[in-house]
Amino acid sequence: MDQTIAVSQNWYISLSALLFGIGVMGVLIRRNAIVILMCIELMLNSVNLLLVSFSAYSGNNDGQVFVFFIMVVAAAEVAVGLALIMSIYRNLASTDINMLNKLKW
Amino acid sequence: MNTLILCVGLGLFCLVAELINIRKLLLPILLVGLGVLFVFTLTTWGTELPPSIWGFSMETMIRFDNFSIAFSALAIFITALVFMLAIDYYKTEENHITDYASILMFTLTGALVLFSYWNMAMLYLGIEIVSISMYIMAGSRKFDTRSNEAGFKYFLMGAFASGFLLMGIAMVYGATGSFVIEEIALYANGGNLSPLFITGLVLILIAFFFKVSAVPFHFWSPDVYEGSPALVTAFMSTLVKITMFGAFYRLLSLAFPGAISEVYTILFIVATLTMSLGNLIAITQVSFKRILAYSGISHAGYMLIAIMAIPVDSSAALFYYTISYAIAGVGIFAAAIPVFFFMNNEKVEAFNGLGKKNPALAFIITILMLSMAGIPPFAGFLAKYYVFSKAVEFNLYAITIIAIINSIIGVYYYFKVILAMYTQEPDGIEVKPTTLYWTVAIACALLVIVIGILPNTLMGLMS
Repeated sequence: MDQTIAVSQNWYISLSALLFGIGVMGVLIRRNAIVILMCIELMLNSVNLLLVSFSAYSGNNDGQVFVFFIMVVAAAEVAVGLALIMSIYRNLASTDINMLNKLKW
Repeated sequence: MNTLILCVGLGLFCLVAELINIRKLLLPILLVGLGVLFVFTLTTWGTELPPSIWGFSMETMIRFDNFSIAFSALAIFITALVFMLAIDYYKTEENHITDYASILMFTLTGALVLFSYWNMAMLYLGIEIVSISMYIMAGSRKFDTRSNEAGFKYFLMGAFASGFLLMGIAMVYGATGSFVIEEIALYANGGNLSPLFITGLVLILIAFFFKVSAVPFHFWSPDVYEGSPALVTAFMSTLVKITMFGAFYRLLSLAFPGAISEVYTILFIVATLTMSLGNLIAITQVSFKRILAYSGISHAGYMLIAIMAIPVDSSAALFYYTISYAIAGVGIFAAAIPVFFFMNNEKVEAFNGLGKKNPALAFIITILMLSMAGIPPFAGFLAKYYVFSKAVEFNLYAITIIAIINSIIGVYYYFKVILAMYTQEPDGIEVKPTTLYWTVAIACALLVIVIGILPNTLMGLMS
C-alpha cells in the first residue's frame, strides 16, 4: 500500500453492493437452475471483492485469506449443486425450476 | 480439539470401510465410536484446554468452553440415536451405507465446529460443512423426483442464505477490521456503531433466520422435510436445527452482546411471526412430516425468545429447550418411520387406529407428542417454562404473552395425530417396528419423562 490509492473505497463498496443486488435479483427472478447457480456465484464473488477491498484499504491480510476459504467452499457447493441439477435433469429432462412442484401443502 | 479430530477420523473411517468391505459392521462400529466420543467430550468438561494441533495454537480460530461441550455432547448423543435407526432404515440400501454414514459423520463434525468457533471463518466453514452434507442427504434418493426437488430447494435456499451470511461477515469485517469473535465484541461493546456494522449484523441475522427456518424465511423447510427420506428429515429437524441455534446463540452472546439491542425489534417481529404462522399453518396440514416441519418452525420461534433474552444469560434455558425438542423429535421419527413403512403413507391418516393395532407404539407417540406440545410433566413443558421465565426476567412481557397463546394453539395439531390414533378405526395392516426402532423410541420417551421430572441436574450444569 505504498502507492496512493486513486479510487475511493466507496466505489468498491458500491460495486459490490450492486453485484450482490444483481445476484439476489437473479436468484429471485430467473427460472433456470443453472442461471440461478451462476447468480449465487455472483453473490459470493461480490463478497470476495468487498473483502479484498476492505483488506487492501485497512492493510490487514485476514480478509484476503478469507477469500480463499470462500472460493474453496463455493467450489464444493457448486459441485453438489450441479450434481443435484444433473439428477433432476435425468428424471425430468428439464432444468426449469417451475417443474419442481411435487411438494406443496 | 481431540473430539473434533476423532470425529473427522470416524468420518474418514466410513470411507475406508468401503474399500476394506466391512459394510455390515460399519454402523455398530460407528456407534461404539460415537460412544467413545461422547464420553471423551464429557471428560473435557470444565477444563478449557487451549486448542492446538501439533503445537500450533488455534486460539483465534476455535475455543472449547462449557457451552460448546454441553451442546457437542447433545449433538453426539442425537447422532448416535439416528445411527441406531439407520441400521434398519438402510438395510435395503447397503450399497450406499458407507457414503451416507460418512456424510452424517461429517455433518456432526460441522456441528461440533459450530458449537465452538471463535472466528467468523470457522462459523462460515461450520455452516457450510453442515449444509452441504445435508443438501446431499436430502437429495440422496436419486430416482425419486420428490427427493431431488427437496435436495435442490434446500441447496438453493441454503446457498442463497450463505451469500447473505458472507456479505454480513464482510461488512462486519469492514467495520471492525477483524474476524475474531472477541475483537468484534470489543468493537460492539464500545458504542458508536457504524451503519456498516449494523447492516452486516442484520445480514448475518437474515442468514441465520434462513438456517433455523424462521418466518418469513421458512418456506423451504416444509418442502424439504416432506421430500427428504424420513431418516434424513429426523436428522435435519433435530440435529441441524439445534446446531444452528447453538451457533446463533454463540454468535450473538459472544460477538454481538453490545449490539443486540439494536436488532431487538427485528428479533421481536421474526419471533412473533415464526411462532404464530408456524402454528396456524400446521393446523391445516395433512402430511405428518409437514406438520412436524411447521411444528419445528414454531419451536424455532420459542427458541428465538431464548436468543432475545441473551443479556440475562439464557444459555441454560436454550440448552434445556434443545434437549427436550431434539429428543422428542428423534423419538417421534423412531416411532413414525415404521408406521410410514408399513402403511406406505406419510399422511396423518396413516396413524388411524394405531391405538388399537399397536397400543404400546401409540402410547409412546402420545407421550412424545404431549412433550412437544408442552404438557406437564414432560420435558417440553419445563423447556417452555424456563425460556419464558428468562424472557420475563428480561422484561419481555409482550413476546411471552404471544408465546403462551401460541403454545395453547399448538396443542391442537398435536392432538390431531393423537385423536387419529385413538378414535379412528384401524384398517387391518399390522405395524411391527423392529427392535432398534423400539429401543430408540422407548429410550426417547423415558428420557423425555426423566428430564421433565428431574430438570435440576441439567440446568445446574450450565449455570
